[in-house]
Amino acid sequence: MLVPEKMAKYSVEKIDDACMRMMYDRQGYNMASSKVRTSSFSRKVQVAPTSSVPGLKYGPNGTIFLSSGIPDLDKILGGGFHLGSLVMVMEDTEAPHHMLLLRTFMSQGLVHNQPVLYASPSKNPRAFLGTLPATLVSKDDKSLKSDAEQKDLRIAWQYKKYLGENKPPIEERDGKVEYCNDFDLRKPIEKHLIAGNRVECVGLLDCSSLAGIRDSCTKFLSQLPRFDGNITSAGRIAIQSFCAPQCEYYDKEWDMLSFIRSIKSMVRSSNAVAFITFPASLVSPSVSKRLQHLADTLLAVKAIPDEDKELATLLTGYQDMLGLLSIHKVARFNTQVPVILDATTYSMKLQKRRSLVLECLNQAPVDGSSGSSYGTSGGCSSSSNTGTLDF
Amino acid sequence: MNRPTTLLDDALSFDDGESNSRRPQNGRVVLVEDCVETSGAFVLHHLIKRFLSPNVSSSDSIVLFVAFAQPFSHYDRILRKMGCNLAAQRENKRLLFFDMLMLECPDDDVEGGLIALFGNIQKAVEVNSSNKNITIVIDDISLLEVATNGSTKDVLNFMRYCHTLTTQFGCTIIIVLHEDIYSSGDGFTFPLQLEYLADIIIKTEPLITGLAADVHGQLTVLNKGTLDGFRSSKGKIHNFHYKIKENSVDYFYPGSRS
Repeated sequence: MLVPEKMAKYSVEKIDDACMRMMYDRQGYNMASSKVRTSSFSRKVQVAPTSSVPGLKYGPNGTIFLSSGIPDLDKILGGGFHLGSLVMVMEDTEAPHHMLLLRTFMSQGLVHNQPVLYASPSKNPRAFLGTLPATLVSKDDKSLKSDAEQKDLRIAWQYKKYLGENKPPIEERDGKVEYCNDFDLRKPIEKHLIAGNRVECVGLLDCSSLAGIRDSCTKFLSQLPRFDGNITSAGRIAIQSFCAPQCEYYDKEWDMLSFIRSIKSMVRSSNAVAFITFPASLVSPSVSKRLQHLADTLLAVKAIPDEDKELATLLTGYQDMLGLLSIHKVARFNTQVPVILDATTYSMKLQKRRSLVLECLNQAPVDGSSGSSYGTSGGCSSSSNTGTLDF
Repeated sequence: MNRPTTLLDDALSFDDGESNSRRPQNGRVVLVEDCVETSGAFVLHHLIKRFLSPNVSSSDSIVLFVAFAQPFSHYDRILRKMGCNLAAQRENKRLLFFDMLMLECPDDDVEGGLIALFGNIQKAVEVNSSNKNITIVIDDISLLEVATNGSTKDVLNFMRYCHTLTTQFGCTIIIVLHEDIYSSGDGFTFPLQLEYLADIIIKTEPLITGLAADVHGQLTVLNKGTLDGFRSSKGKIHNFHYKIKENSVDYFYPGSRS
């Protein structure tokens, strides 16, 4: 137990601490800079012009972002996926929602003319390329604008101020380089993008061990050496249902883990992002946890049942929801500060039946209670991955 | 020079031998346990900075960093923000960095791979052992298990070998372990074995109420205490909250922050 006196002492000490640390830190920096390196905080931003390559943008701490293909997800993650990161998605084994993320991720890469490696446990992986979505072409800019206006109108007035904060910088960038496109999930991608691009397809079914896939990943990544000064291109590795039981290596847990580990370290030292989905419930809990630890960015998708009366009364816009996306972990490169999001679970919706949007869960007004719903839905989200919904 | 101390330092009672002319922190094993929600990496950074900072009374301390989890640039950037230049320390030979990101033990000779790794560590320790404090950092042990294709037995043997260095050369060992991997109740004894080896266990957990912007989680420090002397820290459990910032971490007792 703390006696009040001691508490007081503590707070004083704390202030002293802070001052001392600041002084010390500054000394440390100066010493370091005069002795060995020129400066301790040379950000990539200052060295290279921002976004010299379409589809990439500079983030904090000398990181580079690459778009996920879903503008909302980019916004939530603070800009997109880190170049060099391993993104893992926990699938819902009963629904194909992870495919939506996978498709937009790959399409975005193709649109930016980035090399893509795709591996899947299907018989004919190349056929999947035909199902990739095309960019949402608005007839002209006007329709895009009216789209945006409409969006504004749809949003309840309470949320407007929150959106306003995040929006401007992204739109600015969008206008310049089209860092992130909207995709029309109903229209297949243009043929020339699949044909002309460097898309490599690997089947996971025919390999008895993971060595073959590892080799093709190594070969793929060797085209994309780590940034030395200016980046010319970034690559994307997309692996669908990595731990699927129909694969021969399914029972070799440690092989799978060491494969993921080696992918992680290879990607880390190259200009690429690996995007891997896996059915978390089909592997043993400890393996699943290990995979979650290996992931730099960890997402989970979940379908929502069509006629869940309880949920329907609980959430507004339940009818339009496709599923739920939870963000369990956001990559922490070159920093130790965790990213704390306003909410960890978002609803996936199709806007105009075409493009995928993510929205905060909004609790429907309950009879008799007339409080603002934002406080209860957005603010109190927990990060536990136990429940279906967290609020 | 009186160093600023934090709750974590108090709990660890690494008090730089001011009260005690002998070096009390020698030969300890520190186990950092974390989970998916709250990474314990910041504890590691804190300790590395502590052992490398120039005004520790024993300025001739050396850190031997065996990194499986992150590349050097990552640690370098983080510690630079905290006021500790790893690149410079590496040139001064105060930091020996073992980049194990790509380490793979061949299937048929896992033991050989671990023996080679231990040999490297032992050699480095022996070379530097003359009147110096050596700290061995392993980040993280769960990845070493993966690298050895899951032969937990060999990893444990490796750890026991490393443990002999604590008595032989007075090394401090810091290990990171992802504890939630073993919580599924399949009779994993691995974390128990490591906890048995450890003198100090630092555990990070999220708050039960979920992650918050001003409290990033809670730390539980179990200090098994030292047998020499009649110090009061024996078997004490400290529990406090923390908030991670770029250049430091705030530690505070639950409820003591408005």
